[in-house]
Amino acid sequence: MNKLEIKNLNVSINDTPILKDFSLTVPRGEVHAIMGPNGTGKSTLAKALAGHEDYVITGGEVFLDGEQIVGMEPDEISRSGLFMAFQYPSEIAGVSIANFIRAARTARLADGEKLSAPDFYKELYSRMDLLKIDRAFTSRSVNEGFSGGEKKRCEILQMAMLAPKYAVLDETDSGLDIDALKIVAEGVNKMRGPDLGVLLITHYQRLLNYIVPDRVHVMFDGQIVQSGGPELAEKLESEGYDWVREARADKLVNA
Amino acid sequence: MSTTPDLKFERDVGNFHYDTSYEFDAGTGLNEKTVDYISDVKGDPDWVRDFRKKALKIFQDKPVPTHWASRDLENIDYDKIRYYLSKGQRASRTWDEVPDDVKNTFERLGIPEKERAYLAGVEAQFDSEASYSNMKEELSKQGVIFVGSAEGLKEYPEIFRKWFGKVIPIGDNKFSALNSAVFSGGSFIYVPPGVKVKQPLQAYFRINAENFGQFERTLIIADEGSEVTYMEGCTAPQFETSTLHSAVVELVALKGAKLQYITVQNWSANVFNLVTKRGLAMDDAEIKWIDCNIGSRLTMKYPGVVMRGPGARGEVLSIALAHDGQHQDTGAKMIHAADNTSSNIISKSISIGQGRSTYRGIVNMPRALKSCKNNTECDALLINTNSRTDTYPAITVRGNQSTVQHEASVSKVSAEQIFYMMQRGIPEDEAMSLAVNGFVNDLIREFPMEYSVELKRLIDLEMEGSVG
Repeated sequence: MNKLEIKNLNVSINDTPILKDFSLTVPRGEVHAIMGPNGTGKSTLAKALAGHEDYVITGGEVFLDGEQIVGMEPDEISRSGLFMAFQYPSEIAGVSIANFIRAARTARLADGEKLSAPDFYKELYSRMDLLKIDRAFTSRSVNEGFSGGEKKRCEILQMAMLAPKYAVLDETDSGLDIDALKIVAEGVNKMRGPDLGVLLITHYQRLLNYIVPDRVHVMFDGQIVQSGGPELAEKLESEGYDWVREARADKLVNA
Repeated sequence: MSTTPDLKFERDVGNFHYDTSYEFDAGTGLNEKTVDYISDVKGDPDWVRDFRKKALKIFQDKPVPTHWASRDLENIDYDKIRYYLSKGQRASRTWDEVPDDVKNTFERLGIPEKERAYLAGVEAQFDSEASYSNMKEELSKQGVIFVGSAEGLKEYPEIFRKWFGKVIPIGDNKFSALNSAVFSGGSFIYVPPGVKVKQPLQAYFRINAENFGQFERTLIIADEGSEVTYMEGCTAPQFETSTLHSAVVELVALKGAKLQYITVQNWSANVFNLVTKRGLAMDDAEIKWIDCNIGSRLTMKYPGVVMRGPGARGEVLSIALAHDGQHQDTGAKMIHAADNTSSNIISKSISIGQGRSTYRGIVNMPRALKSCKNNTECDALLINTNSRTDTYPAITVRGNQSTVQHEASVSKVSAEQIFYMMQRGIPEDEAMSLAVNGFVNDLIREFPMEYSVELKRLIDLEMEGSVG
């Protein structure tokens, strides 16, 4: 039961099919990486799972620990336990990070339940210490004027505070220098454990040097074309994606 | 943490009314007889009756200003409006003496509770007249006067008459003339030299009757070196037909005085709210308008400060929120009339759906003046693509010995921002509300605590159900 199960998912943007019968299962507790060339549908997968209205699901199912999340509103999907770290997080002027995370936490409370402010700040500060984030950070407006590294750290902080069952990290390594990359990877590694399933979407193998995945999947033209262990990522790094294209072409010719 | 009492202020909390019998009713329509009726009932001195009649003539002669303002003004039917409705003249000093139906109204709006919590004095106006007026005893001992305008003009004529109609002349505009003809209710406040009133004085304006026009008249005089904050709140039930609220507020800050006037307006969506507000600041005096316009069908309001004495300061901080079918036409007027005067205007407007916001500003600095400063910032936030916002700043600076600064911005709450917040588990209406609160946050921080809490809550409620 404890798995993120994607079955024959078909997703279109403006009537153009992007994901084609995409299937993947990520058991809770494992880290899976999805790699693939640009334009192959990796980010579409992330946005569609999160319920973005521009990404139209034309077929298939997604079960989060057995609960169907296709058709749910994005906020319901989030509260069901799916977190997405954005490639390009939005800026929200005038809303501090602390207040933003508080609003997200409050949205998870049952009617009549109240968030204890002292407990909340205690937890927030201890998470920030772990992620090596300066405390002054919480009073800044969400993502406003942040560097690429700050934005990604802010995403990881939110993830830590919202304690999702599954996290989809969409190109979290893009725009990061090596130091920032290490800090983000360290943050994810600290949260790794039996309660969290991670789907790492990345174009480069570099991130996988720091977050070693349990499984690696290669995505091409809206589908997974090959799966394997961490060694598959190394093969992609040394040989590029051309062999994937060729293997795919062969598969289509032989079909 | 905050010790602010949990103030309840809901958008729909004002949407109720009690059937009330009125002892005095001027009937519908406006002519000299209406004015005479009001003067008779109120026992006006002759100079007031003459003032009213002169104003009626000016009102009738002045055209509706549709050459610059909304054509919606043409939809006001003056013949169908009731101009005076009251149960009597004298405001009660205790809530126990207030008639039950009126008392129930104010209880439901939480006024006595707020008075106990943090106010120095309260006046509660029900349709045309104040039904309750009370102030803490220590303030009256210090010589502070806080009464209804009718009582003010009868019992303190020497102060009242000196300033009444002087800051805003009858003919300032069509609606100031209308108010001058039929005014009733409103507050008269006098703060003696050097007296600093620590807690705010509050007036609460309630429209209860249908087809009614509320025309309160407020005059506040802060004598030399004194300080006072006045807050007004407004609500009306949602009727089938439109209601008119046309107030005139005059402020006078004498040498070194500080006067702050705060408005929380939460009118229902069929109120025409056409209000003239202006302050006169003498040497080193400071007048600050904090003006928040939520609700109404059409609001036209441009609080102003005339900086008459050297070193005077004027400030307008305003927030306007326009929903579907609403037009917030607001702004500020800063008239620099002495050296070393400075003014600051910060206006934030939020337009939702078909809602429309307009900013109009006037800053005037004559050639001969030295070292005057103005800063104007206008920011507009659009939610949904249909909303409309316009900015008409008019800055007239003659001579080169003064400085002005003007900044304007228009931003949108984007679908991506909303998706981002929703991905964190925040429901769509709360996400909108967060974005709006974020937009006004730096301004709200300038407001008194009780007020900013109330305003944030009001914005939250206003954003509920704004999602299509």
